[in-house]
Amino acid sequence: MQEQLNINLPEGSIEKQTTRLNLGPTHPATHGVFQNILEMDGERIIKTESTVGYIHRAFEKIAERRPLYQITTLTDRLNYCSSPINNMGWHLTCEKLLGVKTPKRVDYLRVIIMELARITDHLICNSIVGVDTGAYTGFLYVMQYRELAYEIYEEVCGSRLTTNMGRIGGFERDFSFAAFQKLEKFLNEFPAVWKEFENLFNRNRIFVERTRGTGAISAERALNYSFTGPNLRAAGVDYDVRVHSPYSSYEDFEFIIPVGTTGDNYDRFMVRNAEIWESLSIMKQAYQKVQDFKGAEAEVYHADVPEYYLPEKADVYTKMEALIYHFKIVMGETDIPAGEVYQSVEGGNGELGFYLITDGGRAPFRLHFRRPCFIYYQAYAEIVKNTMLSDAIVTLSSLNLIAGEMDA
Amino acid sequence: MSLTNNFIKEKLTNQFGEFILGIEESYGMLSVTVKSEVNLKVLTFLHDDAELSFNFLTDLTGVHFPDRKGEELSVVYHLHNLVKNARLRIKIYVPVEKPDVYTATGLFSGANWMERETYDFFGVNFVGHPDLRRVLNVDEMDYFPLRKEFPLEDQTRVDKDDEMFGR
Repeated sequence: MQEQLNINLPEGSIEKQTTRLNLGPTHPATHGVFQNILEMDGERIIKTESTVGYIHRAFEKIAERRPLYQITTLTDRLNYCSSPINNMGWHLTCEKLLGVKTPKRVDYLRVIIMELARITDHLICNSIVGVDTGAYTGFLYVMQYRELAYEIYEEVCGSRLTTNMGRIGGFERDFSFAAFQKLEKFLNEFPAVWKEFENLFNRNRIFVERTRGTGAISAERALNYSFTGPNLRAAGVDYDVRVHSPYSSYEDFEFIIPVGTTGDNYDRFMVRNAEIWESLSIMKQAYQKVQDFKGAEAEVYHADVPEYYLPEKADVYTKMEALIYHFKIVMGETDIPAGEVYQSVEGGNGELGFYLITDGGRAPFRLHFRRPCFIYYQAYAEIVKNTMLSDAIVTLSSLNLIAGEMDA
Repeated sequence: MSLTNNFIKEKLTNQFGEFILGIEESYGMLSVTVKSEVNLKVLTFLHDDAELSFNFLTDLTGVHFPDRKGEELSVVYHLHNLVKNARLRIKIYVPVEKPDVYTATGLFSGANWMERETYDFFGVNFVGHPDLRRVLNVDEMDYFPLRKEFPLEDQTRVDKDDEMFGR
């Protein structure tokens, strides 16, 4: 018999010994990419040990050899529920370094895609919170609209999950007619579906009792733990990168930042719900603005950065400069100016930051991703301490843990 | 009142004068290099000062400069004053032979894993850290992989024969 050490049993406990439990499988990632080892007093958690890093892919190291445009594919794999935001964040970082000014139409198209990605991200998170509290229906029902969103990505860039969307300076091609058609379909149909989803949950007694008051974190602790995104806003702090340091012309849009009060699971759920409505409103405004462009302006889809933006294939065959740039870009022979940049975007989970140092070579000298997931997940042990096991499971999913973003 | 870079610069220079090694501004963000032994004092001052109150740690990471003798490793803090919306970068340099840096976990709970990550990849020894273990790499690892002396595999190498992956 293995000797049990019961030093952790709190006073008044009726148990004879603590139980060690490997939490899961609940969240898809608890099947192997991270572990939570709980020390339990009956059903109460007294200690949590989180082990992460099982899918660390050394992106920061790999990036030190790649030319800028090849790093976009690495960013896809951070938060894979909203890859386009990561892609755009990376392009914005490069554009800041290179001093590229993007045309308004590019900004608005980016906003459309980023908000669509935010919706898919929040949609997954919230419906998974539903699944973990016992309501599978909502999850399957809204999933068809994630499918539609992925079809829009597919129309825009050709792929669905790891999108590798856009280029430095804009998009690789203009949005197709089908892309706009599907976008309209999404904007027309999704609100009603999301309303139904909300009707299923928001005042559902079982759901409310499972989530309200559980997994709470105060605003002070959340700030101290460097929380960002919906998890911070649920605690009552109205920090949103889109408003604090606007990028991609977010200052042109009207939207509110939903905030919660208690920072519990229910508030996190409601903040994400409200953000979906705001995102829809931003998408509509952006789509309207895109439609308002007339003449030549209505066909712009990239900035003029010949050194970093792949030229048209027809030009490559017929024009000298285009051929040279094509060759230099594909072979990664363009020297990047030396500099030090920090650029952040509001990702699905919070402030996704890119800290880029270049020394004048063809690849970054150092690239660091500020992954919101990695940073706020360390608070999990504190949040679930002295709570019941069943609350810990809901807390895990309502924090929205994306293993790809945690490990980089 | 908004926090301007000049104001922050003045305030820091008044307080820490000789401990400041360099101040630069790149792409709008003020970047201050301080002596490594005062990093915690500077962070505490920035955190507690009523006017500055940089009480949000956005990011903490390391950089390895193999060519800078005696100050090979750098630790970079990105701070944010959310109310006045000002960002600030603090840098320190330590020699690779003795990479001792005071931990910021007392000020920011969020620095815990960020420092563990920096230790994990660069071997920066955060003095006073409550639990300085590797976080992303395996525990048995005995080197610090993001240091520059570990190059990525040569993509053109031909000596590797792998039936499964065809190279």
